Amino acid sequence: MNAHRTLATAARVLRQLRHDPRSIALMLLVPCVMLLLLRYVFDGSPQTFDSIGASLLGIFPLITMFLVTSIATLRERTSGTLERLLAMPLAKGDLIAGYALAFGFLAVIQSLLATGLALWALGLDVTGSAWLLLLVALLDALLGTALGLFVSAFAASEFQAVQFMPAVIFPQLLLCGLFTPRDNMAPALEAISDVLPMSYAVDGMNEVLRHPSVTGAFVRDAVIVAACAVLVLALGAATLRRRTA
Amino acid sequence: MMNNAEPPAIEARGLTVVRGPRTVLRDLTFTVPKGQITGLLGPSGCGKSTLMRATVGTQAKVTGTLNVLDHPAGAPALRSRIGYVTQSPSVYDDLTVRQNLDYFAAVLDPGRGLAARRRHDHVTRAIEDVDLTSHADALAGNLSGGQRSRVSLAVALIGAPELLVLDEPTVGLDPVLRRDLWNLFHSIAADRGTTILVSSHVMDEAERCHRLLLVREGELLADDTPQALRTRTDSETVEAAFLHLVDEAIAAQRDNTPTTENGTPSTENGTPSRSPR
Repeated sequence: MNAHRTLATAARVLRQLRHDPRSIALMLLVPCVMLLLLRYVFDGSPQTFDSIGASLLGIFPLITMFLVTSIATLRERTSGTLERLLAMPLAKGDLIAGYALAFGFLAVIQSLLATGLALWALGLDVTGSAWLLLLVALLDALLGTALGLFVSAFAASEFQAVQFMPAVIFPQLLLCGLFTPRDNMAPALEAISDVLPMSYAVDGMNEVLRHPSVTGAFVRDAVIVAACAVLVLALGAATLRRRTA
Repeated sequence: MMNNAEPPAIEARGLTVVRGPRTVLRDLTFTVPKGQITGLLGPSGCGKSTLMRATVGTQAKVTGTLNVLDHPAGAPALRSRIGYVTQSPSVYDDLTVRQNLDYFAAVLDPGRGLAARRRHDHVTRAIEDVDLTSHADALAGNLSGGQRSRVSLAVALIGAPELLVLDEPTVGLDPVLRRDLWNLFHSIAADRGTTILVSSHVMDEAERCHRLLLVREGELLADDTPQALRTRTDSETVEAAFLHLVDEAIAAQRDNTPTTENGTPSTENGTPSRSPR
């Protein structure tokens, strides 16, 4: 791997996005609008908004980055630019790290906007530090990038890639504890939710919500999400083949 | 022209490529000399692109020997020495021409300072080479098909690679542009000593090559100069020579296959083609 090539790749991805201001606007504004909506949906029960809002701060970056990465990587595969790059002296790690950096940067901005809005304008009541919320959001974004990269290898078209969103994200969304605490679920489902990374993202957010300082459970959750991201990134790298049939 | 002392740019022996259930290239043996333009010709689907992908090292399931610039094809050392243009233009539509080239240049020759200045020169020259200076700041996606394929070609020219592998670079271009590009190929080969392997299914382009590889259904029909091909087959043009060789191959195939294997006649209309002279 080479830092210059990684940075050049990240700069290129961001430059591509700059020519598409509408996508940037959607990526950054949709989570804010959703939080705003949610705030007034739960107008009568601010506690519900606290818990769901905090969880969503972790879920938005994951979903956005998943979608963006899976489509972007698929485009790279179908346009022939991936084949060209892999015939050049570019390490697979350079490409993946470049994407992760570029989208990670975007995720930071998205999380800053969403977290700032939730905490200061919408009165989201968080006991812990806002920086910890941001940290989990960033890890979630990386996990989303990793998952998107991974599934793009199994999608033959953008149409299929979009269908992976409900297939990969929705089960996690239902089982992550957003709708009901995980220990209230049927034992089988709880066991499944124990191995899905989004569960730990939401758990981590809830730790920050309830505890003033960094707890052991928070560290465990953050490490699990980060480890999952790295693992899936490695799997994603393995799906990039220099030689294809 | 004959310089036997120098090793060839590409050397294939018993080269076979399988894609799925199909053997796309069957036992090819040939060499591509350095510093010349070698044309790879044959009908669509004959295996030209597969041969080019094998040469640049992006094709899986390649067996036999394939050496490129004294390395096995696909060796990491080759990745900065070969320029490759895929059949459909492989550039980023949401970047400008210059941004596209800047990125690929940074992959080939990373770093700041001196490297950055070198890249700037390479990119400017590549854009001039393909005559897109006036469109350097246009989005690739807004260009015409021919212009986009020239951007794709410009990417391959960055950094003066020793071997250029061009998969149908002139498809869909008007005659003037085609002529200009062929002039460019010749000047690149003559001035920079670059070896060019270029595929086409347009036979009149064959006349512009130094050497030709004629491929049909994954097999090599001929490996010769255009002049020698015309003389050997007593034809006016390379196209006629190619057709002659195809007919010969079909006739040879028919003589070798037993007719009792299945009831239906295997040839179209069942009429025998002209017997070879």
